[in-house]
Amino acid sequence: MRVKLRIWRQSGPTDTKAGLRDYTVETDEHMSFLETLDVLNADLIRKGESPVAFDHDCREGICGACSLVIDGVPHGPRAATTTCQIHMREFRDQAVITVEPWRAKAFPVIKDLTVDRSAFDRIIAAGGYVSVRTGAAPDANAIPIGKRTAERAFDFAACIGCGACVAACPNASAMLFVGAKVAQLALLPQGQVERGSRATRMVAQMDAQGFGGCSNHGECEAVCPKSISLDAIAMLNVETMRAALERA
Amino acid sequence: MKLDARIPSGPLAEKWDRHRFELKLVNPANKRRFRIAVVGTGLAGASAAASLAELGYDVDCFCIQDSPRRAHSIAAQGGINAAKNYQNDGDSIWRLFYDTVKGGDFRAREANVYRLAQVSVDIIDHCVAQGVPFAREYGGALDNRSFGGAQVSRTFYARGQTGQQLLLGAYSALMRMVDVGKVSLYPRHEMLDLVVVDGHARGLITRNLTTGEIRPWAADAVVLCTGGYGNVFYLSTNAKASNVTAAYRCYKRGAGFANPCFTQIHPTCIPQGGPYQSKLTLMSESLRNDGRVWVPRRASDSGRPAAEIAEADRYYYLEERYPSFGNLVPRDVASRAAKKVCDDGLGVGPEVLGQRNAVYLDFAASIERLGAGVIKERYGNLFDMYERITGESPYTAPMRIYPAVHYTMGGLWVDYNLMSTIPGLHVLGEANFSDHGANRLGASALMQGLADGYFVIPATIGQFLASQHRGPITTAHPAFAEVEAQCRAQTARLLGLRGKRPVDDLHRELGRIMWDHCGMARNAAGLAQAIGEIAALRERFWHEAAVPGSADELNPWLEHAGRVVDFLEFGELMCSDALVRDESCGGHFREDHQTPEGEAIRDDERFCHAAVWEYAGPSAAPVRHVEPLTFENVKLATRSYK
Ligand SMILES: Cc1cc2nc3c(=O)[nH]c(=O)nc-3n(C[C@H](O)[C@H](O)[C@H](O)COP(=O)(O)OP(=O)(O)OC[C@H]3O[C@@H](n4cnc5c(N)ncnc54)[C@H](O)[C@@H]3O)c2cc1C
Ligand code: SF4
Ligand code: FES
Repeated sequence: MRVKLRIWRQSGPTDTKAGLRDYTVETDEHMSFLETLDVLNADLIRKGESPVAFDHDCREGICGACSLVIDGVPHGPRAATTTCQIHMREFRDQAVITVEPWRAKAFPVIKDLTVDRSAFDRIIAAGGYVSVRTGAAPDANAIPIGKRTAERAFDFAACIGCGACVAACPNASAMLFVGAKVAQLALLPQGQVERGSRATRMVAQMDAQGFGGCSNHGECEAVCPKSISLDAIAMLNVETMRAALERA
Repeated sequence: MKLDARIPSGPLAEKWDRHRFELKLVNPANKRRFRIAVVGTGLAGASAAASLAELGYDVDCFCIQDSPRRAHSIAAQGGINAAKNYQNDGDSIWRLFYDTVKGGDFRAREANVYRLAQVSVDIIDHCVAQGVPFAREYGGALDNRSFGGAQVSRTFYARGQTGQQLLLGAYSALMRMVDVGKVSLYPRHEMLDLVVVDGHARGLITRNLTTGEIRPWAADAVVLCTGGYGNVFYLSTNAKASNVTAAYRCYKRGAGFANPCFTQIHPTCIPQGGPYQSKLTLMSESLRNDGRVWVPRRASDSGRPAAEIAEADRYYYLEERYPSFGNLVPRDVASRAAKKVCDDGLGVGPEVLGQRNAVYLDFAASIERLGAGVIKERYGNLFDMYERITGESPYTAPMRIYPAVHYTMGGLWVDYNLMSTIPGLHVLGEANFSDHGANRLGASALMQGLADGYFVIPATIGQFLASQHRGPITTAHPAFAEVEAQCRAQTARLLGLRGKRPVDDLHRELGRIMWDHCGMARNAAGLAQAIGEIAALRERFWHEAAVPGSADELNPWLEHAGRVVDFLEFGELMCSDALVRDESCGGHFREDHQTPEGEAIRDDERFCHAAVWEYAGPSAAPVRHVEPLTFENVKLATRSYK
């Protein structure tokens, strides 16, 4: 199988000559998309040309490092699937595939397809936690949590922090990511004490990092590799409202 | 090299309490005068950095990934053990301790393992308090499953994403300490070397992976939590960035490296699909609770689809050979059994590199018994993952699995306080050698990483700081400039290479040597051959490798080349260790030491010890020391899972 890749090349954050460039690669339908990029890079290195930089680590859909916009869609053609889990069997022989980085003001490009997502860490640092000191916890079974509540909390906790939601959103909003964390902790008894301040602080930090607001496009949910539902955003709105009323 | 394990005296069950009472404390007001460098943000690093910062220490925390949340621990699937006995099925601290010592084939320290079992219960409490959404029963209590060869249900889990949820818990604790200003976080920073002054660890050198800046950091203590070295085999279940560099550089600076040959091969991974494969994916062994392992009884059937093979012609080799443990035998036993049936020509699936290297893991019986819904609830995400990678659905056809390199029990030698042979250098998590002996049981790495980080190091680091610490130091000390210059020289040398081959190619070549000779089955001749081949490959590396790009930019190829250089030296150390250890134990299987049925034979007379290697310079052979292991509370027994 042979495909043509049109890849975004950018030598550094301020490269003014950045743009798409075409490459042809011999691949195989059983190969993963990233393995196809590996093959391309090996070719480029052998030819003394500059290989393509992209983020990846676990290559099994859980670390959230991989982050490619494939043919205009963050994480590519298959629903609920990260870039690293996309295999070439998703594409036709001779396909022309466009590969670009996440694009958002809050995620500046470092090089080629690699972006800086540290803004997400700064949002979590603004309250995306339960303040419990090591050693201070009661017995784990002291507070029963209904199976359904635990399952719902888990659905939100499954977020891998990849940023596809931001990349897909016309406003580059991070509401799905923030909502997922706020909702997880709002559902659990352990998250109650800081419930209000958490939502308020995380949203303020999200704004400060340059992410846009939500205008209900729903693109985020559609590309999310962990199927985080828009309920996260609804819950985030409820939580911020609730916090505002508490303060009033 | 002096190997004083500092194991506290007294009865086993009282050692840790007694030790904590006897340890020196650092006065609360003084803690903020100490700066601790924590390298790594996996379960061990994130939990250590958070807990040390909570105590009042100032922490600098480094990791390779763009966010601490992406450390390799995120990928752990199956679960974490704890001796809670919530199921009332006869579990206890003692039983967890015993199972772990036995599972490790009697090559771990009793005192460490006992402490691990004790602390395990606190870990679960803490994680639940952080909001980790463990699986629950309908009544709201925590659910457990039996896992990895245990006969009690002591494994806590969060679907098939336990590592993710535990790591996100630890990461949230870490980010809380970033929020309050006690932890300074440096993602995309790789530790290139350790700075040792007068025999003490005093800091480190990092490369900023975004800008290429190489710079020194002074520290009052260094806590290394850099994970395992399974990627020496190229193909493994480890994340691509997992490496041995930090640990190996510490070894070259004087830290003893213990049992480097102890590697775990995991029995249930997706088989290699072709020569281009970049990594292997684990299928959690919890699948073995409901899946039955089989191959065709006759080699002539091995090319036929599973559905065409009659029940009577299926060889359920684990159930037949190990009637009481069946499909749940420990990992090493299951892995070797799979290799044996494939080597005997009974493997299934497509041929890769001339052999069918896969066995079936079949859920048909469980689906019939429990319904597809229950199976989906238990393993849905794993089945989906399998389907994404292979294009086949385990609901309708049996999975194909094969063993893959998964975990490394060896690591830097540490004493009971988790301090290496270099005072001030502490080593936690998979990077140390401490608790798993020659084989790690399922669901016990997460337990150990978090035990080390949340509960052990916060108690023991004070001992070093209060009694051995040599006073303040800054990077103005000439040792920093010296090591920094060496790091720069190495970078320049790599970028100056004029070869044509991508480093990935050479890494694969190393992996192949390691897998063939230092993998699931080892023998003296093969190991000796491997040592020669690795030395030759190392030589060729410097002529053949091409490293593109420059030093002062994001350059993943330069990063990888640096790690491969260390793997090329380290692989030889592993083979030497495997060669000298002339016995079979746990994951270390020497073909010359097995029973007629193919079970491992230990040699407790000669090898009931940890082997600790001391670096002796670039042109001398490393020196092998031993820490004898004494078993006062359990009887050395032959592991039997019949
Ligand atoms: C697929 C898979 C599934 C598993 N499932 C289970 C399970 O179910 N139960 C269980 O108990 N165990 C499991 N394990 C094992 C377990 O996940 C690991 O042993 C454990 O998570 C290791 O944690 P760690 O903190 O020691 O290291 P890691 O999580 O590997 O973290 C290493 C950290 O060090 C950093 N680092 C490394 N080198 C450098 C350097 N030079 N400079 C700076 N930073 C560096 C990395 O960036 C990272 O932050 C599994 C392992 C795998 C591969
Ligand atoms: S919400 Fe989904 S898309 Fe957004 S960061 Fe989390 S996993 Fe990625
Ligand atoms: S590389 Fe980890 S999620 Fe894709």
